[in-house]
This record gives sequence, C-alpha cells and structure tokens, in this order.
Amino acid sequence: MPASEKNATPMLSIKGLTASAGDLEILKGIDLDVFAGEVHAIMGPNGSGKSTLANVLAGRPDYTVTGGEVLFQGVSLLELEPEIRARMGLFLAFQYPLELPGVRAWQFLKAGVDARRIHNGEEEMSAREFDQMLKAKIVEVQIDPDLIKRAVNEGFSGGEKKRNEVLQMAVLQPKLALLDETDSGLDIDALRIVSEGVNNLRSPENAIILVTHYQRILDYITPNHVHVLFDGRIVRSGGPELAQELEEKGYDWIKDTVDAGV
Amino acid sequence: MTLAPAKYAHYFADFQALSQGPGAGAPPWLKTIRDNAWSRFSETGFPTARRGNERWKYSNVGPIAKIDFGLASGAAPVNASKALAPEYQLDGPAVYRLVFVDGRLHSGLSSPANGSNGVRADSLATTVADGSFDLEARIGNYAPLDDDDGFVALNTAFLHDGASVHVADGHSEKVVIHLSYVTTETAIDSAPKVTHPRTLVVAGRNSDVTVVESYTGPQDEVYFTNAVTEISVGEGAKVDHYRLLLDGAKAFHVGTSRVNQEKDSSFSSASFALGTALARNDFEVLLDASGAYCSLNGLYLTTDNQHIDNLISIDHAQPNCTSRLNYKGILDGKSRAVFGGEVMVRRDAQKSDAQQTDKNLILSHSAEVNSKPSLMIYADDVKCSHGATAGHIDADTLFYLRSRGLDLDAASRMLIHAFAGEIISTVKPEPLREYLDTLFSAAIPDKSLPFGITR
Ligand SMILES: Nc1ncnc2c1ncn2[C@@H]1O[C@H](COP(=O)(O)OP(=O)(O)OP(=O)(O)O)[C@@H](O)[C@H]1O
Ligand SMILES: [Mg+2]
Repeated sequence: MPASEKNATPMLSIKGLTASAGDLEILKGIDLDVFAGEVHAIMGPNGSGKSTLANVLAGRPDYTVTGGEVLFQGVSLLELEPEIRARMGLFLAFQYPLELPGVRAWQFLKAGVDARRIHNGEEEMSAREFDQMLKAKIVEVQIDPDLIKRAVNEGFSGGEKKRNEVLQMAVLQPKLALLDETDSGLDIDALRIVSEGVNNLRSPENAIILVTHYQRILDYITPNHVHVLFDGRIVRSGGPELAQELEEKGYDWIKDTVDAGV
Repeated sequence: MTLAPAKYAHYFADFQALSQGPGAGAPPWLKTIRDNAWSRFSETGFPTARRGNERWKYSNVGPIAKIDFGLASGAAPVNASKALAPEYQLDGPAVYRLVFVDGRLHSGLSSPANGSNGVRADSLATTVADGSFDLEARIGNYAPLDDDDGFVALNTAFLHDGASVHVADGHSEKVVIHLSYVTTETAIDSAPKVTHPRTLVVAGRNSDVTVVESYTGPQDEVYFTNAVTEISVGEGAKVDHYRLLLDGAKAFHVGTSRVNQEKDSSFSSASFALGTALARNDFEVLLDASGAYCSLNGLYLTTDNQHIDNLISIDHAQPNCTSRLNYKGILDGKSRAVFGGEVMVRRDAQKSDAQQTDKNLILSHSAEVNSKPSLMIYADDVKCSHGATAGHIDADTLFYLRSRGLDLDAASRMLIHAFAGEIISTVKPEPLREYLDTLFSAAIPDKSLPFGITR
C-alpha cells in the first residue's frame, strides 16, 4: 500500500509554486505531493513547463521562483544551493546532459558520492571501494565501460548521454530522482535498460518523478500517479490509465477540457 | 670594441669581467661571437613597445631595462639549488641530467654523457674546451643575431657555460636529457641576479630525444632569466621537448627558442608557464625540409599582476609539412596574456597543413587577453585553420556539476583542471606529467568564482 494512503508526510511537497525565466512566467501555480515509494509520471505538451519544474526543484540558477513553497524531507528546498539539494538525495537526470571535456567520469562521480557522504557525516569512500561500486553499476546499467573512460559525455551520442545519466543515478542512489525525458531518443533495448535502472532504484524509501512524452516507458515502469502539465499548471491527475487516455486522444482533448473549465 | 651606452654600463662591466675572467680561455671564434653579440646589444638595447614594433606591441620590458641586474656568479651553496630544482625523477637507461646553478653547471648534481655511446651532453664550456663537437658551426646558427630584438644578443654576449647536447646520427635508442636552470637566492646587499641560460640540442639523423628544460628560482625575489635555446632536429629524428617556466613570482623571464627541422623529422613541444611577473616565450620553428611535422602545445596560468607573452611562429618553408599549434591560458586577478601565433606558408610550400588555436579561460573581471593568431599563406594548395577564444566557465556546465553535489569551488576547480588537462595530457613521461598536473592543480586560484556567476 503506497505511503500516501497511510497519512504520512510527503517526501516532496510542492504548494503554489510559480517561477519565471526573465520576464516569462512559466510555472503558474504547481501543487504536488510525492510520497516515499511512489513513482509519478508528468506528461504534457512541448513548452508546458515540465523541464522548468524539474530544474527549479534541482536549483538551476536560470529560473526565479516568484511564489510558493517546496518541502523536501521536511526542509524548505528553494533556499538551498543546488549542491545541498543533491547531497540531501535529490537527483536530476537532464533532458540535455552537458559535455564535460577533460573531466573524467571516475573523478566526477566520486566527488559527488563523497560530497554526499560528508554531508551525512560519513567518511569519503576509499578509491578501491568506489572502483568496485562503479564497476558493479556499469554492469547493472549495461553501459559500455569504454565510454566511462572517456571525458564525461564528450562526443557521446544522444542515447549514450541518457544512459550515462542513468549510471550517475545508480551511483548516487538518490532519494528522489527527477528524470527529464530520459526515455527520449533511446532505442528499444536502451529503453528497457533505462527502465530497469529506474526500477532498481524503486524502493519504499525512494521516490521517482518521470517526465515523459511516451506511454511506452510506462509499460516498463508502472507509475502510481500520472499528471498532465499544461501551460504551467497541473490540469489533470490520475492513475496509469490517464497516460493511456492521452495516448489515444492527444493533448487537444486536455486543451478542450481546460478551456471549458472542466 | 664598442663601448656601452651609459644605461648598460653594468652589463658591460660584467661582460668585460667574463671576457677577462672565466671566459678568457675561450677559442678565438667564441670570443668573436661574444664580441659581435655585445656590439649588437649595445646598438639595439632592449626592445620598446613603440608603434610599429609588432613583436612587442603588448608587452613592456621597461621594468627589465630599468633594473641593474648583476651576472650571477654560480657560487651558491648546493642545498639551496636542490631545494629549487623541480622534483620528479625521469628513469631509464639513457637519462642524463644537467643542473645549472646561477648559470654554471653543477657537477655534483649533474650526470653528463661523455659521448662514448653516441650521446654527448655536457656544459658548453667543457665541450668547447675538449673540442669533441663542432660547436662553432652550430652555436648562433639557429638563433642568429640579425633581426634580433636584443635579448638573444645579450645572451650570446655572455656565452660561456650552458648545455650542449649532441645525439649522433643513427642513434635510435631513446635519450632523455633533463636540463634544470636554477637561480638561487640573492645575497644581502647584492644586485638582483641575471642568468643567460644557453641550450644547444643537435639531434642527429633518426635519433629519438626527449629534452626537458626547467627554469626555477626563489619565490619572492627579483631576478632575470634570459634564456636562448637552439634545437636542430635531423632527418627522420624525433624530438619531444618540454619547457617548464617555473620562475618565482617576482622574476622576469625572456625565453627565445629556435627550432630547425630537417626532412621527415618530428618535433613535439609543450611549454608550461606558472609564476613570473613578466614572461616572454618567443618560440620559432622552421620546417626546413619536406615531410617535417611539429606540434607545439602550451599552457599558462597567471594571477595577480602577472604578464605573459607567447609569440609562437611556424615557418612552412618547404612542401608537405604539418604543424599543430595549441596554446591554452588560465587568467585570474589583473593578469594579462598576450598571444601571437604566426604561421607562414611560403610560396613553394604546397600541401602544407597548419592548424593553430589559442584558448583562454578568464576567471576574473580584470584579467585580459590579447590574442592575435595570424596566417600568412603564399602557396595555393594548403590546408590551414586558426582560431582564438577567450571565455568564462559556462554557467550551465557549472550547474551540471553542482547538481551532482559538488560545491561551486570544487566544480569550478574541476572544470579549470579539465581545461588544463588537455595540454598536460600531451606530456609523455609519466613522472613529468604527474608533476605538472600536481603543480597546476595546486596553482588553480582558490575561490575562483567564475566570471558573472554569483554565489
Ligand atoms: N531559461 C529560459 N529562458 C527563457 N525561456 C525559457 C527558459 N526555460 C524555459 N523557457 C520557456 O519556458 C517554456 C517552458 O519550457 P520547458 O523547457 O519547461 O518546457 P517542457 O515542458 O520541458 O517542453 P519539452 O516537452 O519540449 O521539453 C517554453 O516556452 C520555453 O521556451
Ligand atoms: Mg523539457
């Protein structure tokens, strides 16, 4: 039974969140509760604000929060630096992962793991232990080990970058993972592997928010809730059947019902 | 003999002291070279950034001209020099090390090669004295006095000690030559020191030579290093060259390197610069026969009021040669970097392939770069490209790192290190690569808040 029905406090609680980029108001009042153990899917047409929501939660400096409140594990999230959010266990898989020429994956990931451990009052991980853990994750995510020897994402194909995001997620073991279209641009095998990566993370202690355009990933990862984001607002929430309905009827159906004030 | 203008009187006094003292026993040809060089210097003096002097347009050597430097004597205690020479060990059967303390070969710290197995690496003074190698035909051949802006002439006027390296034709076994030029602390009440390090490397046909030149000195003292290096890369020979400009923060360094490449030879160089109040790296490669390849890399990191001037020239004089030029700079504080990359492709140099880039990472509002790559192409069937960039750490990239838990400082440090890594990774000997990596990592300014990014 999902935690939400046990009257617990949500892991993430978003209330009346509004945000803009420059003069453009993008998020126009988001309310969302995510409980430990849950998977939420967020769908919605291009430009509706899905990435903005994910990035605002992760603390991207491009956006200004103009109102509302977000609690993550009971802590007010929006005042925190992005790295503190990460150390508390929040992870964003980027829709467009960046290339880091000259940065070795090993150093990059170890720095992230250690930062989180120190934040939690633990020791840095030994190089040996990290090495073993990384190797195991590489196998788990089925990423080409040669890719990991190269600079992070440099010259990677779109799909390789997405897989690398899933590897980073597997290594960092977040409490809350925000996956922004990690399924886009993947071939069918990669899609299955990425889904397995997500399912491996799934546990009663963790939560996942999945931004996607496609029903097909939801065949592998069954969400507890599906939301439709439209023009900066969540205009519909439901179970997995909502994704099915969207697939059949398209967004015009949503648009019509929003316009009609339903 | 030409008399010195009053403002160079102290150099003239030292010049005379050398000619009549330790340099008195030199053969006539060497004395003539010195005398001519002195005449030349007394005519030209130091260059000025006057209008029309493109070679010195952005760098003012006034501070060097103003100080009465005294010729370093080489009488320093061994311990001081040990502490200052870079600490890394290059191992192998054919590794020779020459350490010059205040301009003189320090025999206790050096392991010369006596020529018995085709490798001669010793002080110029010794090589001149025993006549084991025809220096007369070589010295000043690649770095001539004509067309010089004063520094080569001044160096040549003080030609006495210095490194002479000769690897025989056909000696294909890898040879590693490590040259350390160390300036020690100035005694109380003495004038600031000047040294004129001189290096001659003649790599014979099909030889394989690695040369590391390093320049070091006390951190907090004013001194002047005026170095000249001549390298001849014989037919089919391969030379890997590393230049480590690690002089102290108040030091002045003017380095002139001249490389001559014969048929099908290969020359790879990496120049590193850290520290130094004012540094000039004037590096010229002449691709003098077909099939020659050169790759010139550089990395400089400047802070505070430091000024560095790299003037790198490649002359495609003959067809079918390839050149690669890749310099990178990291600038903080109020420092300034000048980059002049000149690639000349002469009329007959068909099928030349030349690429040059200069990339700068600017960490502070007050740092400044003047980058002026230039291509002069007189042949028609060539492949040439050039580019220069000066940028800041990208905010989105920084966010990517921070979203993985790295704080702003750690993230910018990692990105700066990665930027430098492209050049450091070209260093082939592992101990040297690791030494440089550690050195540059430690030199990355703390709290280097990238430009335009607020906490
Ligand atoms: N940094 C920014 N500066 C200016 N406008 C922005 C910025 N980020 C997003 N926007 C605009 O805000 C709107 C929402 O963008 P967002 O990326 O959140 O959409 P999305 O729902 O993720 O779309 P997609 O499905 O195409 O990924 C778009 O109109 C976009 O152009
Ligand atoms: Mg998006």
